[in-house]
Amino acid sequence: MSERDVLELLRENARYDVADIARMTDLDEEEVAAAIDALEAAGVVRGYKPVVDWDRLEDERVRAEVELNVTLDRETGYDDIAERLARFPQVTALRLVSGDYDFDMEVEGDSIREVSQFISEKVAPVPEITQTVTHYIMTSYKEHGMELGDGEDDDRLSVSP
Amino acid sequence: MSLEPSQRVQAVGPSGIRRFFEIAEERDDVISLGVGEPDFSTPWAARDAAIASLERGKTSYTANRGMRELRQAISGYVDERFGLEYDGDDEILVTAGASEAVDLAFRAFVDPGDIVAIAQPSYISYEPGVIFAGGEVCSVPTREADDFRLTVDALEAAGAADADLLVLCYPNNPTGAVMSKADLEPIAAFVREHDLSVLSDEIYAELTYGNETDRPDHGGSAIHTSIATLPGMRERTIVFNGFSKAHAMTGLRLGYALGPSDAIAAMNRIHQYGMLSAPTTAQYAALEALESCANDVADMVAQYDRRRRFVLSRFREIGMPCFEAAGAFYVFPKVPDSWDGTANEFAEGLLHEEGVAVVPGDVFGSGGEGHLRVSYATGIEDLREALARIERFVTDHA
Repeated sequence: MSERDVLELLRENARYDVADIARMTDLDEEEVAAAIDALEAAGVVRGYKPVVDWDRLEDERVRAEVELNVTLDRETGYDDIAERLARFPQVTALRLVSGDYDFDMEVEGDSIREVSQFISEKVAPVPEITQTVTHYIMTSYKEHGMELGDGEDDDRLSVSP
Repeated sequence: MSLEPSQRVQAVGPSGIRRFFEIAEERDDVISLGVGEPDFSTPWAARDAAIASLERGKTSYTANRGMRELRQAISGYVDERFGLEYDGDDEILVTAGASEAVDLAFRAFVDPGDIVAIAQPSYISYEPGVIFAGGEVCSVPTREADDFRLTVDALEAAGAADADLLVLCYPNNPTGAVMSKADLEPIAAFVREHDLSVLSDEIYAELTYGNETDRPDHGGSAIHTSIATLPGMRERTIVFNGFSKAHAMTGLRLGYALGPSDAIAAMNRIHQYGMLSAPTTAQYAALEALESCANDVADMVAQYDRRRRFVLSRFREIGMPCFEAAGAFYVFPKVPDSWDGTANEFAEGLLHEEGVAVVPGDVFGSGGEGHLRVSYATGIEDLREALARIERFVTDHA
């Protein structure tokens, strides 16, 4: 159960240090460190990355959501196709989903041309892929559970009963 | 004839909170741990319901006692959460904040000269409310040695046996103290023996923390016990609650009183002339809050609990002892032994030198001297920085 508590806190802010997590739970620092080690060793926690609001950076970052439809045969399953696609560094996320299409793929690049070329030259030609629908992301409002607006101001009185 | 304030108004001084507010407002780099309201926004579903009600033009008065649908929802909620059984038709009054309900109760049940015992430290409105109603206040100080719980000894020592009314506020503002069923039973016996009535402000009822090991006398649950659920207490108790704290709806001003039908009718007699009905838009928000926001409340409670543990740990590390406050969103540390002065001077020094606002405990009545009310209704990053500044202040003045 302590691992679950620690995971919840890391999901809230992966930069909480061990001492602060210990203070916020009823665990001591050794237990927190052990829980983090266990989560990492079990492959539950795969890494730590910042939540980036690309709109606030000068350099453009082009991101797209790509819907993929595939066809399967006796030799080729979803996992095989996914493995092949996931190896491309341009693919930042890849999920098998229910509904009108099979895979939901997130792609990143420095320009629309680069992303388009990647999809037309590397993804679409994969024999099992029967259709791609590319949605370029225009504005992001929320990432990883964090709203990217300016937030709601704290306009509470500074001291109140 | 001039606009000379009445003697009752003149008898009440300005609030001690106000002075700290004014100093804190002079600076713009202040981290405030002096705030008595949630830092969360009202759950979106409740805000959305309020907006939708405005779009539909629901802006007329409601029934004096509040919308029937809301009273039924409150009836179901308090029963499910706290085992409080009140009929939505005639035992519930919806008010403009729990504060209005408290004020109504003083005016409805206090005759000139009546004695009102108030367990202190406590929320700052009770004493003025009693005075405005013409009553006399009997302060009942609680002690840190009792984790700021009210005891029969404290009631007897303060002469509360002669009082007509007893005001309780648990979970407590400013101490964060809670009273378990076992703590309340002797108080209820005292109240029955001396034939007092009880006004129980339970606005922080949802905000209780801890687990089985922390509170073994509570049947393994951190859920709040209302004194009105104890034998023989329902007929002599008014319970106050509302949406400000648990549902982060302070500015919407919506609370309610629960009590026997005759008592609620008496309060409603004042309410119908003074207020007509609680704000309609807020009533729609509250209805939605009860119907769909239990998970939002649970999330907020989980966040408060983490902050509570964090703040208690840091105060222990800093050398400012602090009892294990298990309710509301306050802790109530003592100023360090090394501090050569009052808690008031500590709070002023901390504000001037480090830009951290806290409220000295004596503002909340007797029993609070030497303590500080520290609110953790603030994000963890600000809490971390504020505690670092407090640590530096304590070290600098050791």
